[in-house]
Amino acid sequence: MPDIIAAILVLLGLALAFGALLGFAAERFRVEGDPVVEKIDALLPQTQCGQCGYPGCRPYAEAIGQGEAINKCPPGGEATIAALADLLGREPEPLDGEAQDEPRVAFIREDECIGCTKCIQACPVDAILGAARQMHTVIAEECTGCDLCLDPCPVDCIELRPREPNAWHGPRPALITSDRLDPRVGAEGVTR
Amino acid sequence: MSRAFDFPGGIHPPTRKARSTREPLREAPLPRRVVLPLAQHRGQPAVPCVAVGERVRTGQVIARPQGRVSAALHASISGTVSAIEPRPVPHPGDLTAPCIVIEGDGADDWAPMPALAWRDTPTEALHRRLAESGLVGLGGAGFPSQIKARLGEHHPIDTLVVNAAECEPYISADDLTLRHHAAEVLEGARLLAHLLGAERILVGIEDDKPEALAALNTAIAAAEGMPAIELKVIETRYPSGGEAQLIRRLLGRQVPGGGLPADVGVVCHNPGTLWAALEAVRDGRPLVSRVVTLTGEALARPGNVIARLGTPLAELLEDAGLDPDRLARLVMGGPLMGQPLARLDLPLVKSTNCLIAASAEELPAPPPPRPCIRCGDCETACPVALAPQRLFAFAQAKSDDKARELALFDCIECGACDYVCPSHLPLVSQFRAAKDRLRRQEAEARRAEHARHRYEGRQARLEREAAEKEARRQARRQAASRPPSGPAPQARAQDSGGGQDAVKSLRIAQAAAKAALRKAERALARASDADEATLADLETQRTTAEEHLKAAEARLQTAQTRNDAQSSAEESP
Repeated sequence: MPDIIAAILVLLGLALAFGALLGFAAERFRVEGDPVVEKIDALLPQTQCGQCGYPGCRPYAEAIGQGEAINKCPPGGEATIAALADLLGREPEPLDGEAQDEPRVAFIREDECIGCTKCIQACPVDAILGAARQMHTVIAEECTGCDLCLDPCPVDCIELRPREPNAWHGPRPALITSDRLDPRVGAEGVTR
Repeated sequence: MSRAFDFPGGIHPPTRKARSTREPLREAPLPRRVVLPLAQHRGQPAVPCVAVGERVRTGQVIARPQGRVSAALHASISGTVSAIEPRPVPHPGDLTAPCIVIEGDGADDWAPMPALAWRDTPTEALHRRLAESGLVGLGGAGFPSQIKARLGEHHPIDTLVVNAAECEPYISADDLTLRHHAAEVLEGARLLAHLLGAERILVGIEDDKPEALAALNTAIAAAEGMPAIELKVIETRYPSGGEAQLIRRLLGRQVPGGGLPADVGVVCHNPGTLWAALEAVRDGRPLVSRVVTLTGEALARPGNVIARLGTPLAELLEDAGLDPDRLARLVMGGPLMGQPLARLDLPLVKSTNCLIAASAEELPAPPPPRPCIRCGDCETACPVALAPQRLFAFAQAKSDDKARELALFDCIECGACDYVCPSHLPLVSQFRAAKDRLRRQEAEARRAEHARHRYEGRQARLEREAAEKEARRQARRQAASRPPSGPAPQARAQDSGGGQDAVKSLRIAQAAAKAALRKAERALARASDADEATLADLETQRTTAEEHLKAAEARLQTAQTRNDAQSSAEESP
């Protein structure tokens, strides 16, 4: 009988000790925010265009975390859907909306700009430079091509143009490496 | 030599070098007009520092480097700048790129830099001279040499390797350079070894260049002083001229995947680069010309010429007796790693080591590819011990991540697998395409990350503005309503308790924002030598943290004023 009591006491002690440890760890090492949302946000293209119906990529990431469909991001296209499906273990769905095949940047036709600053307020990434009654221009490097500045413009002087590809990293077609030296040709020229 | 000191695989293609090595090295005629692309090197293109219409002298700087990896550009003839505009450049995509065009006056009026005796010149001045000379690796990769010369500052370098293997068929530019200027190449090697702090100079050369070997032996015997120069002759096998392959063969050291030769204490230089480095220092002569091999069956007088940069390829080839009817394809570089050129009106650039004007019989069009038969020949030939057939399958299926797992980025694109493939599969083009896709993907991911930081920065700014507005409004309201009429006492008591809690949590938020700002500042300070894009990104993050802190402070202020107002209201009745 005393053995049983001793065993119970020992187990009780262990349970309390580990319970306290776990409780402490849960407080001490608590993860701020939702880590899944962070991961989803990292996969989105960050154009902040709002085409998904949410006011930015982060809100859409939060919505996906709550069970929203993963196919509402046209700038990301199929690649983003595949990556999200992979991360969340869901089935990839066809894209809801029109795919954008090439990256674009906004361009302000500066002759027509009246300097109303409306596009500056609309830009989610602060990529438009200008002041009231002064000409505005787009910092092409920072522009995500979200087209949110197009609607507010009262004179329709903003258009989207394809982003210039980096010349030295473009595709390399027709490589000579696919050609072989003809073995019939000798080392010092053609033997005929 | 034991196999442990050798790289795996390799091939023995017909070398076809004899055609271009019969004639001695000669000067190409001075071009009447040169076209100098601003991006003839790895990294950022140079920025023009001359205007259209300006007179320039040979050797004068016409474009300055920008950013960390870049190279200066010099006028290669004297004359007048006639245009700065996009022109076709030798690029596989057949693209145009910004170029500076100079109409020559035929005088070749030089503006050299002051000559330096490198043994008596401070190291820093020598580094500066290399940077000012626009020197890049002349073996084909075009990496700015001043960066390579500074590798000794971060890595312990013990050996400078002179890469005279020149293993690719047709090319004989280094061979001829060594035959005629071996002593200068070795002196240049000593200069760079001095800058790197290397104690040993090792010349690696393939055994199919007896004349160059003899010239080197004579030069080594005549050269005196330290460091001593060793010569190692290796059996001819492609691609022993690859940096990692040559280091393995000469020193038995393995350059780690994704690493640099500097990681194993070695720096490689091509003989042409060393010669140019010596001329830049000793004669004050910047990089305005290079040795180029002109060969192929469509040329009547093949050989090696010293040509000014920017010379139209058509002029060079016509001078070598080009027969346009026989010309079936023009290749820049070697037949295995070079690129086909679609037109003749392109300029000679810093990385052009060879031009092959091939007839149709010489380099026939490839037969159509057939399916892979899993023979494994490519695996036997691969000098990096990759599995090309598996890489090919993944690259073709666009499963780029899987290809990356199989060390796709260790592929040196030597073309040995293409050469041996019995099914004539275009393996290397697929590898290059897959690498390009992966690089672009990474660039997109970086862009997206940066856009996110900018977006967060904007959100933080809007938040701060709102919080400050609220704080001002609160302060105004309080000033206007003193003595306060006060809400109902019951509600007031509740409010007060809630107010205290709110102030407390806002204090915590403020402390957290302060910590975040400090962290961002530290990250920015640590990355002081990172490239511009990274710095801009870190700066955005720092500004965001600052805005967060300001917003937190403003909110705290609002809450405190409200609390003060309430407590004074409670005291007054």
